[in-house]
Amino acid sequence: MATPVNVSPTAEIVARANELFEDLSFNSARKWKAAQPDRKVIGYMPIYVPREIIHAAGMLPLGIVGGGDQLEVIHGDAYYQSYICRIPRSTIELGVSGRLDFVDGMLFPSICDVIRNLSGMWKLMFPHVYSRYFDVPQNYRDDTGGNFYINELAELRLALSELRGKPISDDELRQSIALYNENRKLVRELYALRVERPWQAPAAEVYLMVRAGLVLPVEEHSALLREYLAAARAEERPKRDNCRIVLTGMFCEQPPLNLIKSLELSGCYVVDDDLMLVTRWLIGDVPVEGDPLQNLALAFLHHSESTAAKYEPNQKEKGQHLVRAVKRSGAEGVIFAAPSFCDPALLDRPMLQHVLKDAGIPYIAFKYAENSGQMQPIREQAGTFADSIKLWSAA
Amino acid sequence: MTTATKIVTSRAPVKEVIKDASMMKQKEMMAAHYDRLTSAPETGAKVAATFVPGNLNELIMCFDLLNNLPEVNAIQSGLRRVSGSYVLEAEKIGHSEDVCTYVKSDIGMMAKGNIAPNGKKFPNPDVLLLSYTGCFTFMKWFELLREQYKCETIMLHTPYMGDGKITKNMIDYMVKQLKDDVIPTLERVSGVKFDIDRLREYLKRSTKAEDDLVKVLQSAKAKPSPIDAYFGGIYYIGPIFGAFRGTQDAIDYYRFLREEIEDRLAKGQGPVTPDGDMGKEKYRLVVEGPPNYTSFRQFWKMFYDEGAVVVASSYTKVGGVYDFGFRHDPDKPLETLAEYCLGVYTNRSLPMRIDMLVNYINEYEADGLLINSIKSCNSFSAGQLLMMREVEKRTGKPAAFVESDLVDPRYFSAANIKNRLESYFQMVDQKRAGASAAA
Repeated sequence: MATPVNVSPTAEIVARANELFEDLSFNSARKWKAAQPDRKVIGYMPIYVPREIIHAAGMLPLGIVGGGDQLEVIHGDAYYQSYICRIPRSTIELGVSGRLDFVDGMLFPSICDVIRNLSGMWKLMFPHVYSRYFDVPQNYRDDTGGNFYINELAELRLALSELRGKPISDDELRQSIALYNENRKLVRELYALRVERPWQAPAAEVYLMVRAGLVLPVEEHSALLREYLAAARAEERPKRDNCRIVLTGMFCEQPPLNLIKSLELSGCYVVDDDLMLVTRWLIGDVPVEGDPLQNLALAFLHHSESTAAKYEPNQKEKGQHLVRAVKRSGAEGVIFAAPSFCDPALLDRPMLQHVLKDAGIPYIAFKYAENSGQMQPIREQAGTFADSIKLWSAA
Repeated sequence: MTTATKIVTSRAPVKEVIKDASMMKQKEMMAAHYDRLTSAPETGAKVAATFVPGNLNELIMCFDLLNNLPEVNAIQSGLRRVSGSYVLEAEKIGHSEDVCTYVKSDIGMMAKGNIAPNGKKFPNPDVLLLSYTGCFTFMKWFELLREQYKCETIMLHTPYMGDGKITKNMIDYMVKQLKDDVIPTLERVSGVKFDIDRLREYLKRSTKAEDDLVKVLQSAKAKPSPIDAYFGGIYYIGPIFGAFRGTQDAIDYYRFLREEIEDRLAKGQGPVTPDGDMGKEKYRLVVEGPPNYTSFRQFWKMFYDEGAVVVASSYTKVGGVYDFGFRHDPDKPLETLAEYCLGVYTNRSLPMRIDMLVNYINEYEADGLLINSIKSCNSFSAGQLLMMREVEKRTGKPAAFVESDLVDPRYFSAANIKNRLESYFQMVDQKRAGASAAA
């Protein structure tokens, strides 16, 4: 007979999030859709789409970030050469294996040429699914990039209106903006808790909590975050003698969960990262009053995260977001972890490393794939990095 | 007229290369351009670096700026077999082995003294005109160069034709960028006031050269084709994709080239290869993807030795797609520049690219499609395996797939490519035999 085990509230919440994470058939989204006959699901890929517009249409935004290390890619590899990253092939696998057969539309944001071309592949492979390449401006003037983006948002709004058979009103958009403001605030709280007491909110748990936001309706995700925050604050956990690091380069293809766990086990508390940026892309609240599309556009132009897929017009600003992240989170170093063959992360990396070097911030770099299985080399590298940071700090 | 030129490289023995008169003319044009560039510090000329897709040469000339194209420099390094050491140099200083070798060749060349093909030092650019068209890497490339040169950088964002159409929003966005960012910055950097009539004049010249280029490319519909529209085509696009579009030199060159090709057409001749006139045309192919430049002649030879001629290629459309009717329009000068950028091959959606290839196979009565998939270039390569299947499905013609790289010699496996090509030609033969038997 099995001995009953006391499971902490935190563990229970994490177990729920882990169940969502491991479910490659997206059953929670399927159930949501099945609950009402007119419901629709819109998939989206990294890095950012305005989920508010999808939500305002009464649809579920569903984040698709590849197949992870548990999906056997059988068909997907036949679509890609060996020198292309893994996320498009596992995403195709999800599609051709029927795991996305309930998805009514797919958005492919402007992030790199691989995801861009995947938008065209999706049109050919799944002609009955609404699919759209979602372009964002690389010009940040209100009357130039701003106007372009507002019109792109209006096109998306119109397309989703047609899909549901009813226009999306400004009030619906405002309500959705308010809900996502609340959600972003909770994600920021979660990140702040980890900065303050990383042993209370381990990186793998924070990852699972944020990742749940890709598949849950925003209202449910916010509730989950509230529960976790309360539980994590209440549960005292042992503090390790770890160094504090910022993790960067993981904004698209996801690392295996084991990789994130391995970093902490090898002596590195992750105190900031660029994982699943869609959940906190817009910094601060988007105004609820006024023209909702204009508000979303201005937030994108002037109050959004910096990342490799975004042009930095000011050379002096290049890479400073990383320096600021290090200072803000009290980190002692940076780990560059990029998916193999990831153009944005790998092309950006030398420039960011130069900025860190000038700022006297130590760093290491490695590559991974979403299905990387061997963690020992990463553990050794991260462990050595953590040791060297401690030695330098002592000196 | 053809000319024999002795080529000496560090690795290859002395070998006579046969060149058309047009090739010799182009060589002179390119040499003169490199001399203009490398003598800029003495002449006081200012330099704008920009990219081939979305190359706004007419606009650049309005400010008396010299156009320097880093991809073309990387190609030159590849052809001269020095790109391998440049790529290694870039990797040594921290650039990933996974990323574009054009970028690494350029960065490595800078690290090793920035020497132009004429043996003199390239000048530092005065401005980087980041025409972000059809390739994500461009953006990072010029951020990397900006870090080194610390010069003014202008972003011109060309939206992608994801839905297969150019919208008013795209044109308005681009024109606004041209008016509010690109032109004022070029005025400031160059000290030259913008004159829209001067732009119109250059655009008029562009149209003339574009007309002749299209006639040259479409001559490949004849049997035998008087040109090779991939290997030879790369020479043909050189001036118009580079620093000459909008110049009298380009008009003269393309008229001369057209007449040369018309002459070959009238005589029923095939293309000129580095080994002289090609023998009997046995296979007519459409090629998708860029070539390999470090073993360019060896790669080409694998085709002409088998009697294979490329009758149409997508690579010769990366700097502008003219064969479906687009011409620069002097009556709407800024809108036409926007439309040009939006329409380049790699800015077209995958379904549009497939439509083009299917059209080429049908229009040029090709035997099939060959894809040269380039490790460096995700803009081209991601999705090519699906493209191959779709083209096969729609045309009923066989397709084949080979892999190499632009300027990294480590990724050119001659034996592997030759084997695949030979198998492919056998497949075409079998298909033909099957078709004959059925008839």
